[in-house]
Amino acid sequence: MESTGCYDKDLNLEATELRLGLPGTDQTEPTTNKRSIHQTKEEDQEGGSKVASSKAQIVGWPPVRSFRKNSVQPKKNKAGTEAEASGIYVKVSMDGAPYLRKINLNSYNGYDQLLVAVQSMFRITIGRHSEREGYGGSEHAPTYEDKDGDWMLVGDVPWEMFTRTCKRLRIMKGSEARGLGCGV
Amino acid sequence: MASPLSFPEEVLEHIFSYLTLPSDLNSASLVCKSWYSADRYSRRSAFVGNCYSLSPPSLVSRFPNLRSVEIKGKPHFADFNLVPEGWGGYFYPWARTMSVAYPWLREIRLKRMVVSDEALELIGRSFANFRVLVLAFCEGFSTDGLAAIAANCRNLRELDLRESEVEDSSGHWISRFPDSFTSLESLNISCIAAEVNFPALERLVSRCPNLRSLRLNRAVSIEHLPSLLRRAPQLVDFGTGTCSAEVHPEVYSNLVGAFAGCRGLRSLSGFWDVIPAYLPALYSICFGLTTLNLSYSTIPSPDLANLINQCPNLQRLWVLDYIEDSGLEAVASTCKDLQELRVFPSDPFIHEANVQLTEQGLVHVSLGCPKLHSVLYFCRQFSNAALMTIAQNCPNFTRFRLCIIEPHTPDYLTHEPLDMGFGAIVQHCRDLRRLSLAGLLTDRVFEYIGTYAKKLEMLSVAFAGDTDAALHHILSGCDSLRKLEIRDSPFGDIALLANASKLETMRSLWMSSCSVSFGACKFLGQRMPRLNVEVIDESNDPCSRPDNCLVEKLYIYRSLAGPRFDMPEFVWTANEDNSAMRSSLALSY
Repeated sequence: MESTGCYDKDLNLEATELRLGLPGTDQTEPTTNKRSIHQTKEEDQEGGSKVASSKAQIVGWPPVRSFRKNSVQPKKNKAGTEAEASGIYVKVSMDGAPYLRKINLNSYNGYDQLLVAVQSMFRITIGRHSEREGYGGSEHAPTYEDKDGDWMLVGDVPWEMFTRTCKRLRIMKGSEARGLGCGV
Repeated sequence: MASPLSFPEEVLEHIFSYLTLPSDLNSASLVCKSWYSADRYSRRSAFVGNCYSLSPPSLVSRFPNLRSVEIKGKPHFADFNLVPEGWGGYFYPWARTMSVAYPWLREIRLKRMVVSDEALELIGRSFANFRVLVLAFCEGFSTDGLAAIAANCRNLRELDLRESEVEDSSGHWISRFPDSFTSLESLNISCIAAEVNFPALERLVSRCPNLRSLRLNRAVSIEHLPSLLRRAPQLVDFGTGTCSAEVHPEVYSNLVGAFAGCRGLRSLSGFWDVIPAYLPALYSICFGLTTLNLSYSTIPSPDLANLINQCPNLQRLWVLDYIEDSGLEAVASTCKDLQELRVFPSDPFIHEANVQLTEQGLVHVSLGCPKLHSVLYFCRQFSNAALMTIAQNCPNFTRFRLCIIEPHTPDYLTHEPLDMGFGAIVQHCRDLRRLSLAGLLTDRVFEYIGTYAKKLEMLSVAFAGDTDAALHHILSGCDSLRKLEIRDSPFGDIALLANASKLETMRSLWMSSCSVSFGACKFLGQRMPRLNVEVIDESNDPCSRPDNCLVEKLYIYRSLAGPRFDMPEFVWTANEDNSAMRSSLALSY
């Protein structure tokens, strides 16, 4: 009548445990690391939920100069925090596709780059955007859900506003798409 | 009783004027008193690698006739916010002393120093023949100080503000260059955040026929470039501003024409936020390019590869990791003259890779570019096998700096430490002068470094090693070591104290988040009068804690000047007395 504890020992789970370190060494956290892990100022801000995906940032790591860090940030929005600027990940779904994808809006400079990426990702073509007719004529239309929960056509608002307000993307098909695209 | 073979001093001085290397002149000065004296009066330039290693009066007293000085201030890790604000590195004491002693001073080059507007005004007032001002990674001044330089330095040739922090007072400092001022050869204002007065800049460019290097700041938008380029077709080095405006056919064709007119362009930089559609405008001058800095451009790999395929004569390439392995393959097949490659991280703070850039990219380049000798590479994975291949392909490395974003990352194939890989690097690359380690590393790699890296001058260590033996290997084995910087590694008192005399042969040692005790620091400081042992501790007075308490940050450097007088309250130094002393006398700067 052995308890599950003994069973664990037989399985020798520790030996197969994945961890960083030399095999055979005991995994104790080096004290130096504990002292050096600080939350940087950028952490304590609104982008909290987005930062959770990246680990607690170590001061001065990776060794990138501030001038360079700040220069490569995509254009910050007015409420810009480093947390937000470092990655705006949104889900992209396409009607009929079995699973969703995720993209980082900050890795694109504008709508052109975004649409090229989406078209390549889902192997579709999306027509040109026009103010009057949206993506009229093409089989697919890229839409997005904004902060108010409304479904909008991608491309109507300036790019910065779009990256600020877009919560997720959805590639609509067929007639549904045309409904959104109709003019005034 | 002069020997019949001795020369008059003027002759000696004339002969010494042909020796350019400081090391040669230093050697000559040690031969005898008259050679020492001849060198002393004929020395025209000085390099002070650590501004606290000697006092300004002692420099001017030893070398009374300098025309050019280069001074460095804060330690390298200051670039990554490890050195608190107010630590030091003030230029004013040097400016004040030199303004009196060197009326004929022509060139000042500073790196990581705090430079005030007062210091810049002093430069403008004091040196009639002033020609070159380079402020690299400096701070503490505003555009007012720049205005003083512009207004007063009638013979200025070079003004280079490389990545300094400049406070904006107004954009009109450019207008302060008088209309009669025509001597400018090099202007680098890429770090200035605010707009500069563009018409004034245009007029300046127009009237300086010798302008060969112009690096604009981000605020200059792309439609302004053609007019500048047409006024300076003799440019050799050009840095654009922002290139994100939507492409209009007229602007584009204007740009094409303007670049085509600059037949001598060899170096390009800038390109903030550049839209890929602009890049073909550069094609006409790509063949001649030897330096290309696209490290602020977020253009994706295919567009980068297209551009690079136009540049077969590239020697130096700086890019973001958007280039990806595929782009680096293009580099390897096109850029056969490549000597230096730097790949920076586009998104250093996320855990997952956002781009397809791995060790393979660097392996390709090492294979395809036989002249490669200087590398800075940020990525998220590496393997011993890749390091060994790179080492074998490039035995001529002089600088090898690798950074794996996540600390302690092992070989992703074998899960072993990267000891063998870096061991191969130091074994094959016998001319290696600078090395930055990365990934999971044990004491073993330091044994290799101590054994083979005999020409190594600068070593950067982070999150590596297991015991003091590692530090001991470095300090006892690396004969040419000048600078050692270590963070977050378990090195402590034993190795440090056992190699105390080594520290006097080096410029400096930085250790932060290691295991050095306050007591060891005191001991070292008291026993080694020619070392300044500075403890940086922002949270507490280390004197109030027991000696076995570990110090946060430690900066040790050799110095003829003794403990400095301008330490802020968070810096402590040990001296000859039995207790640690700190001084917070602040010299005005």
